[in-house]
Amino acid sequence: MLTIATGNKAVATAVRDAKPKVVAAYPITPQTEIVENIADFVSSKELDSRYIPVESEHSSMAACMGSSIAGVRTFTATSSHGLVYMCEMLHMVAGARLPIVMANANRALGPGWNVWAEQSDSLSMRDSGWLQVYVSTVQEAYDATLMAFRIAEDNDVLLPVMVNLDGFLLTHIMQGFETVNPEDFIPEIDLPHRIDVDNPGGYGTLTPPNEHFKFRWDIERALRDSVRVIEETESEFEKRFGRKYGMTEDYRTEDAEVIIVAMGTLGKEMEVAVDNLREEGIKAGSVRIRWFRPFPDLKSRLEGRDVVVIDRDYSFGFGGIVANEIRAKCNVKPYSVIAGLGGQEVTYDDIAGFVRDRKTDSEFWFGVNE
Amino acid sequence: MAEIPEEEYILKTTSACAGCSASLILRYVTKAAGPDTVLVVPACCTSVIQGIYPDTAMNIPVYNVAFASAAAVASGMSEAFRAEGKDTNVICFAGDGGTVDIGIQALSGALERGTDFLYICYDNEAYSNTGMQRSGATPLGARTTTTPVGKTEFKKDLDAIIAAHNPVYMATACSAYPDDLYKKIKKALSVPGPKFMHVLAPCPPGWRYPSDKTIDMGKLAVKSGMWVLYERENGKLNITGASKAAMVKRIPVSDYIKVQGRFKTATEEDIRALQNSVDLEMEKLKKEADGIC
Amino acid sequence: MYEIRLHSRGGQGGVTAAKLLAHAAFLDGKNATAAPFYGAERRGAPVVSFIRIDDRPIKIYSQIRKPDLVIVLDMGVMDTVNVLDGLKEGGSILINSPNPAEFEGYKTYNVDLTNIALSLDLIVSGSPILNTPLLGALAKMGFVSRESARTAIKEAFKDERNAEAAMKAYEEMKI
Repeated sequence: MLTIATGNKAVATAVRDAKPKVVAAYPITPQTEIVENIADFVSSKELDSRYIPVESEHSSMAACMGSSIAGVRTFTATSSHGLVYMCEMLHMVAGARLPIVMANANRALGPGWNVWAEQSDSLSMRDSGWLQVYVSTVQEAYDATLMAFRIAEDNDVLLPVMVNLDGFLLTHIMQGFETVNPEDFIPEIDLPHRIDVDNPGGYGTLTPPNEHFKFRWDIERALRDSVRVIEETESEFEKRFGRKYGMTEDYRTEDAEVIIVAMGTLGKEMEVAVDNLREEGIKAGSVRIRWFRPFPDLKSRLEGRDVVVIDRDYSFGFGGIVANEIRAKCNVKPYSVIAGLGGQEVTYDDIAGFVRDRKTDSEFWFGVNE
Repeated sequence: MAEIPEEEYILKTTSACAGCSASLILRYVTKAAGPDTVLVVPACCTSVIQGIYPDTAMNIPVYNVAFASAAAVASGMSEAFRAEGKDTNVICFAGDGGTVDIGIQALSGALERGTDFLYICYDNEAYSNTGMQRSGATPLGARTTTTPVGKTEFKKDLDAIIAAHNPVYMATACSAYPDDLYKKIKKALSVPGPKFMHVLAPCPPGWRYPSDKTIDMGKLAVKSGMWVLYERENGKLNITGASKAAMVKRIPVSDYIKVQGRFKTATEEDIRALQNSVDLEMEKLKKEADGIC
Repeated sequence: MYEIRLHSRGGQGGVTAAKLLAHAAFLDGKNATAAPFYGAERRGAPVVSFIRIDDRPIKIYSQIRKPDLVIVLDMGVMDTVNVLDGLKEGGSILINSPNPAEFEGYKTYNVDLTNIALSLDLIVSGSPILNTPLLGALAKMGFVSRESARTAIKEAFKDERNAEAAMKAYEEMKI
């Protein structure tokens, strides 16, 4: 069905269509409409789900942990401070191999209080074992949330998936999109290690040094296997519903001499910069990273070209996180631009300016004059 | 009537809604506390009411802290000031969500440790700053954005939880009775140790009534018994102000309910349940105040 | 691509107005986006919303700097906000006002949305509803079809007076 709605409403609609049995969530700007819309779907009986209005984010992920190990499809949503407040639990649910799906509205961390878009929140949780995808349109927010359940619950993955939307920029913008009837696109959940009183076992018991590392290796192996599962899922989605995605979204990269890399809404706006630069005679192209964990293989697209990476995030004392991960995995010395922190306005003109001003192996903080 | 000082510590540029109880309460809190005071404020409406950097509407130091942490931060700050021999008032000013839900662990700990501070919970009965979602303090039958057909659970009894920690002083108050509020804060700040105040804060956009009716709303709450004004000094109960009359004769709860849009979905059963719980609570408090147990 | 900036006060339904316009344009088969600009939002403070309408997909999320049309729902915001900022040369201004105004270099339109709302008793929480009659005025200006305006309003509001208000504004709006 073709309709128009905000990014938040699209996520809630996907949740309605994926039919989790339990949703446990706590309000935080700018995620609140996701939870409110789900509460509406539950009270109007469009969604047969138990909604738990927990008392904090740590409890929301804890409640999800309880629900998921009971073998039931589970969803939550948060942002920024809420996400890092549940940090311990993020590690717990990945380690417990639970296929929880969470929407995260990317928002800056305080102090001071800032409710606008920044990706440091989710990126600071990149070590936790969660899969992470970053979306850039309302349609993609809907599609990725649906697919997240199937990917998470695949028995070769069994890891939680975080769907990230830029706070306000995507959560609150209205765009047209199409909903689908998933039918059996998302198979029934069948958690192999769910609680079974007829087959009792201990979960997460005291694990000695000669055993613990084996469980950590299992998580890593699942993350590596998830690449195949993601590709299969997206291919099946394209077959059934006609929309194609990928680990990245590439724009005019074939003959590009300089590639812009970004995530989220800047990853769409940069395509306008690419078009404008091309008119000026600069052979620009762009790569929007969608899946950040597992991290995509960018070598063939980035090596041998100039690369401008825009980080809407920062790792203090080290640099832009996306730029650093690219440096670690590819033989590339990017022009690392730090822009958009705390919702700082970044336009397609600004992005074109980054490309024109680029210097190899250098960092530039947009708006800072030192 | 108390002699309330003229000096204002909240300047004229707050971002509060018209008819906001929180900013009204804060005016009296700061007047009672005076300049040797630090406010510790977790995420809540007051975080926004202060204004936007680089401006602030507050003429005393305000420390803005993470949602769950107010009482713990106050605990550390109080210990530090006392270690330096300073008497500075450390006052937490928090909403109901940040007190009764996400903040309760820190509050319980701070009280149990006998922290020298005053914790003030201004209660507008929802997560108002984020757009009116239900909190543990939302009353039965109230519509919020996460309880679209009315909350099905009773309001969490925060005062009973606090009383169980035996603070040296605790009190309830209401934005509609500033004199009662002012006197109680003065009393609280005159003794060392853990002190707690629970102040009803009617909220026009959340409770859905016209912005000029905030004082009327507070009075209806007290006159119906849905809110009781009292204090406990070392546990001993003393009913105050308009609640003294309400103990004996009060208006029906439905008079209070029907003028608020948030109770539009409340059923007859809800209203009966609320009336019942008010009657039971008032009877209990009356017995205790009269020395009958 | 057509870019519209809408100025109002918090509580007047300016954000909803933007959404209604985008919805109607969407129903006309266009690509449309509507976004509020969030400052510290509260009743009474100036609020800005952005609407973009295009035949091609819209990839821009940043604020509208050079609008083709500026809409002012509350003239009072003009005391503190420069509503004409960036308005394209020869661009248009639509003001909620009973009196025609003139801004040199721009095409100025006015329609008394407040009066239309009051005449139908279309008031919520003490404020007249301006967004639905606004859609009628915008339909008259040709941004959206009457059909789509009607559908968008019906899907958003149960109260039929909203559609009436839009129709009244359509009639009263002078091009």
